[in-house]
Amino acid sequence: MSLGSGGGNGRLPAAFMTTGCSSFTEFIGVQAPELLPSRRPLPVGGTFEAPHGTTIVALTYDGGVIMAGDRRATMGNLIANRDMDKVFAADAYSAVGIAGTAGLAIEIVKLFQVELEHYEKIEGTVLSIEGKANRLATMIRSNLAMAMQGLSVVPMFAGFDLLTLTGRIFSYDVSGGCYREHDHHSVGSGSLFARGAMKKLWHPDMGSASAIRVAVEALYDAADDDSATGGPDLSRRIWPTLAVVNAEGVRFQDDDALATVVEQIVADRRGNPGGAR
Amino acid sequence: MTMPFYVSPEQLMKDRADFARKGIARGRSVVVLGYDRGIAFVAENPSRALHKVSEIYDRIAFAAAGKYNEFENLRVAGVRYADLRGYSYDRIDVTARGLANAYAQTLGTIFTQESKPYEVEIVVAEVGQSADQDQIYRLTYDGSVADEQGFIAMGGAGEQITAGLQDRWRPKMSLGDALELAVDLLMQDPAGGPARTLTAAQLEVAVLDRARPRRTFRRLVGPLLDALLSSEDPTRDMPADDDRTPGQHDALTGDGSERPAPDPT
Repeated sequence: MSLGSGGGNGRLPAAFMTTGCSSFTEFIGVQAPELLPSRRPLPVGGTFEAPHGTTIVALTYDGGVIMAGDRRATMGNLIANRDMDKVFAADAYSAVGIAGTAGLAIEIVKLFQVELEHYEKIEGTVLSIEGKANRLATMIRSNLAMAMQGLSVVPMFAGFDLLTLTGRIFSYDVSGGCYREHDHHSVGSGSLFARGAMKKLWHPDMGSASAIRVAVEALYDAADDDSATGGPDLSRRIWPTLAVVNAEGVRFQDDDALATVVEQIVADRRGNPGGAR
Repeated sequence: MTMPFYVSPEQLMKDRADFARKGIARGRSVVVLGYDRGIAFVAENPSRALHKVSEIYDRIAFAAAGKYNEFENLRVAGVRYADLRGYSYDRIDVTARGLANAYAQTLGTIFTQESKPYEVEIVVAEVGQSADQDQIYRLTYDGSVADEQGFIAMGGAGEQITAGLQDRWRPKMSLGDALELAVDLLMQDPAGGPARTLTAAQLEVAVLDRARPRRTFRRLVGPLLDALLSSEDPTRDMPADDDRTPGQHDALTGDGSERPAPDPT
């Protein structure tokens, strides 16, 4: 029934024919509430360990914004996954990165992607960048009860603003607060170290190549001091996930291009582990 | 107590069908036809904002003739159906067949149970990996479904246009030829009078492009549509790349993107 099949006479249920709602989340809240992460009954007492995603960085450059994340997911002191992607395209002009409980975070990203596409199809127009950022805030806010049980999700949102033609970054807290960030930002367990690195490396009006290098270097510094953040894995050839968002849309860097950047950084840091310059 | 007049079920259904048919016949026509690289939709529609052709999902589109508020209601229901399916299962599990069935049940129930039937005729089309995997379903006001091959015309002049398509449509036409054929047939006067002229501004044109990854639906507008509709212009196909200027991702204007070289064949 909930998926729109079966039922008394096979007709699409009333929720499908309701007018005036262009939100997918609101629609499934009526039609199939069990699909919403925030509508599930919570287990009583006790916390458990679930895989956690770690560091995401974002920084603006002269043509847009770059978002990158390491590939590690941890469960306590163990590595749960070495090659998880934690940066996703939210729609044609924005990307979302996640830190926190991996399973829940990926579910929220998936819901957010459908939410944006659904709005686009029903309304025939794209949401403004603030509109998208606020939609994500609503989803994080509705997850507060889960966060209080230890299943917190902290995303970061970056997109290309089609009105001002600049890159924009938004950060969130577990209670659903949405904050506009200037220049650069980082979330996750290694974010303190990544933020320190970006403070020293970021310049206004950087080109995309140097901005990509700064993003990867910030992740290198995060992995250097935070055990939960994965560093460059040269033997397995696992590189960070890195998305460039600009006037042409979201584009993920391919492995070959990233390999060159990472190998260069590793070579430069040989004998100079802090990257002093 | 007054007794209602007895109306036989046959008469009741016939009256409802006549009512719906009359409503649809008042609307302007829509043509859906296959071409070598996908499925094209051409509607006579002077409005830029109120669409008769829309995207439902990655490879599925919707076209309608008849009463706007009624088919808009069905379109939104279709987007919800597809997004819910895709979210609960996977993107590839959303099919035109499933959607056509849901529409058929819905239209059928409305036809028999509501006080008035929907005055709409709709098409649900899905572009496949090759032309023989394309699916085009026509649904009418009473919930009947037909699985059509190659082309469909509906709306006021639907029958005449269908006859024209039977004569002149060929599999593997280029996009330019297919659009020219559709527009030429839309311009014919069903009453047999002289043909009208339709410019790009009076048309709503969209395609499901087989070759594109993920979302295949694109609206063709602006200089690109002018070039495709003009028989003098060598442009016979749409560019493989989207516009490089930021904006609505599903509209292709031909600005700033390379035009493909004309096909040598």
